[in-house]
Amino acid sequence: MILKRLIATAALATMLCGTAIAGELTVVSFGGAYGAAQKEHMLDPWVKATGNKILSEDYSGGIAEIKAQVEANNVQWDVVDIEVIDLERACSEGLLEVIPHSILKPGDDGVAAKDDFVPAALANECGVGNIVWTVLYAYNSEKIGAVAPTSIADFFDTSKIAGKRAMRKRPQVNLEWALIADGVEPAKVYELLATEAGQKRAFAKLDTIKADIVWFDSWSQAPQLLNDGGAAMAQSANGRIFAAIQDDKKPFKMVWDAHLYDLDVWAVVKGSKNKDLAFDFIASATSTIPLSGMPDVAYGPTRKSSTALVDPAVVPNLPTSHLDEGLKADGIFWADYGESLGEKFNEWLLK
Amino acid sequence: MLCSHCYISNISLKIKIMSDIQSNERIRSKVILLSKKEANFAKKEIRRSKMTAFFMVTPLLVFLLFAFVAPIGTMLHRGFYSPVVASLIPDTLDKLNQWSGEGIPNDDVLTSLAIDFKRLANERQSGKIAAALNRNMPGASSVVKSTARKMRRVDDAELKANGAELLLNAHEKWSNTKIWFALRKAGETYSDTHYLKALDLERNSLGELQVREASQIYIQLYSKTLKLALYITLACLIIGYPLAFYLANAPAKTANLLMIFVLLPFWTSLLVRTTSWIALLQTNGVVNSFLMSIGVTSSPLEMLYTEFSTIIAMTHILLPFMILPLYSVMKGIDPSYFRAALSMGARPISAFLKVYLPNTLPGLSAGALLVFIISVGYYITPALVGGTDGQMISNIIAFHMQQSNNWGLAAALGTLLLLLILSLYWLYDRFVGASNIKLG
Repeated sequence: MILKRLIATAALATMLCGTAIAGELTVVSFGGAYGAAQKEHMLDPWVKATGNKILSEDYSGGIAEIKAQVEANNVQWDVVDIEVIDLERACSEGLLEVIPHSILKPGDDGVAAKDDFVPAALANECGVGNIVWTVLYAYNSEKIGAVAPTSIADFFDTSKIAGKRAMRKRPQVNLEWALIADGVEPAKVYELLATEAGQKRAFAKLDTIKADIVWFDSWSQAPQLLNDGGAAMAQSANGRIFAAIQDDKKPFKMVWDAHLYDLDVWAVVKGSKNKDLAFDFIASATSTIPLSGMPDVAYGPTRKSSTALVDPAVVPNLPTSHLDEGLKADGIFWADYGESLGEKFNEWLLK
Repeated sequence: MLCSHCYISNISLKIKIMSDIQSNERIRSKVILLSKKEANFAKKEIRRSKMTAFFMVTPLLVFLLFAFVAPIGTMLHRGFYSPVVASLIPDTLDKLNQWSGEGIPNDDVLTSLAIDFKRLANERQSGKIAAALNRNMPGASSVVKSTARKMRRVDDAELKANGAELLLNAHEKWSNTKIWFALRKAGETYSDTHYLKALDLERNSLGELQVREASQIYIQLYSKTLKLALYITLACLIIGYPLAFYLANAPAKTANLLMIFVLLPFWTSLLVRTTSWIALLQTNGVVNSFLMSIGVTSSPLEMLYTEFSTIIAMTHILLPFMILPLYSVMKGIDPSYFRAALSMGARPISAFLKVYLPNTLPGLSAGALLVFIISVGYYITPALVGGTDGQMISNIIAFHMQQSNNWGLAAALGTLLLLLILSLYWLYDRFVGASNIKLG
């Protein structure tokens, strides 16, 4: 009886909470360790400072949900953490609000926002850069054997290093890597991939290791595959590997050669009922101190003034320290060829 | 207790035998005459009971209409209907439709498009045309967006006077007839493009059908999906049939306990069941370490991320759908039939094949149909344990819903899947008879 009453009270309380609050913002991000870091450094401080509430949700990227909400004229999400590769498309299809750069705060060292951010962070009018992250590959140093891999060519060389290669089941990153491993200069990769011959060449290179590839669908599977020996080398978002090394003390090693880096940005869904609140949140979340917390999960901050505050021991693990070894993922290229290469990739998988 | 079904089938059997014997003098149905008043009363009574029945199912009907008919209808519609481009640049399309198809269209069309682009760039709608055009011509997306950005900076008067030239200068591809064909095609409000693509077909510039040049995957995926579903159904049958037989004939106490084990998977989260198969089948997983420790193999077998793992995990998940209808039908079969066949000299095998098996057919077909249809549309398990080989059509539908955002194609693929299942059901009804199905 008491239990019943308790449950009833709790249910009533949640109902009241759901309706009675004025300043409530729905913030959507990727969850996991990254989401936790954002909560600690961006969401919680804003809630504390302004007294507004945040309803935090997770998604797995892409623009399908945003598109569905905007088209149905039923916008539930306010602020979204979105990958640049999707941002370009979402913005040009009118799914996102334009964020005026005047809302951005200057750096704590007094430098104006437009000079404090790295240029790529403000390149699109619909988003404000949040982190620099990257896709690289890693191996388990206890299981790799005598020769450790050092380059992307090693990843594609099964005679040098035997064992399975774990890759995410999609054309992105894989095709770029195949061309680079085949000797193409990183700067020429996208130009070549836009041609029939270049696509053939990339698939031919992937063919050489096709029998040794383990495919996965979610980044969380990568460290798991390395850990249980399902793969000798695994493609992964750098933060996942870093978390496994840092928190779980796994003997993983990251290989930075030809890593493909990209940005995540904060954006506001078109037609959000809390637009001003959303802008206020983004201005706060992308100020110097909150951004300097992102290296907790090994993602580089997009402000120079934040980088200065990062623990020097962590700096070598940040993508921002390895930009010259890597290649920037080309959002415009993938907007052009994502679908056609996606089909070709699936066709190749079935062969 | 005899099930009504067997009773009816017995009667119909008797009638059939009788009519075979007395084929010359068929039994005529007896005609009963009612008075007018009685007939009216009977009519009213029937109408009343129909109304009651209708009111009883109204909530269900409303629910089905909103949750089932409407979404499926929208999906069917979306496969044909793509109004985006037509609604964004109607004037230009009108002009473009006069184009003969030789050389690039005249300056009037070009100027009109240039003006449209400026407006679209300001309204931030250029991406919608870019995405639609890109489907007909990969690579066109950036052409549209960069051109729109350039047009945005030009003032209106200049655009009106020199639009055509500005457009051609903005990107070399505007001098290519291909992009104009693609634009005209993207502008069709109703088109069969998505359905053709889902069948690996396309129209060439003359409008004739041909096999798609860029890639052919969908037919292959459909046949693979059917093949996997068939394997899963067979596996469920081989495991489920003897188990259901045992359950139906075991003492109530044992049967109830075993039934809980059958139902247990129903009460466990689908994700938990699927991921536990990952733990079992992975390279250094339970199964492999067991096989290696007893010396069956010296190196781990590749089991996870294959067709095999999809089949085994889905068989596990779908097994109850096979066992439950089988069990309920078997429970209703009078054991004396089988004994009678034995006592009349049939060998156990032929008694089983000729007496018991035909009696279980309603449950068997219901179970097989359920398992087959559910597995054809299954998504999450193949996505998690299927790897490359275990891909099914649902995975590619998800790709077009979530990643390529080509909802029209996803709708067409889904509709074809629905048609495929309906036609299989029709075949089944034709050759086995849907009235035979018994769900328990």
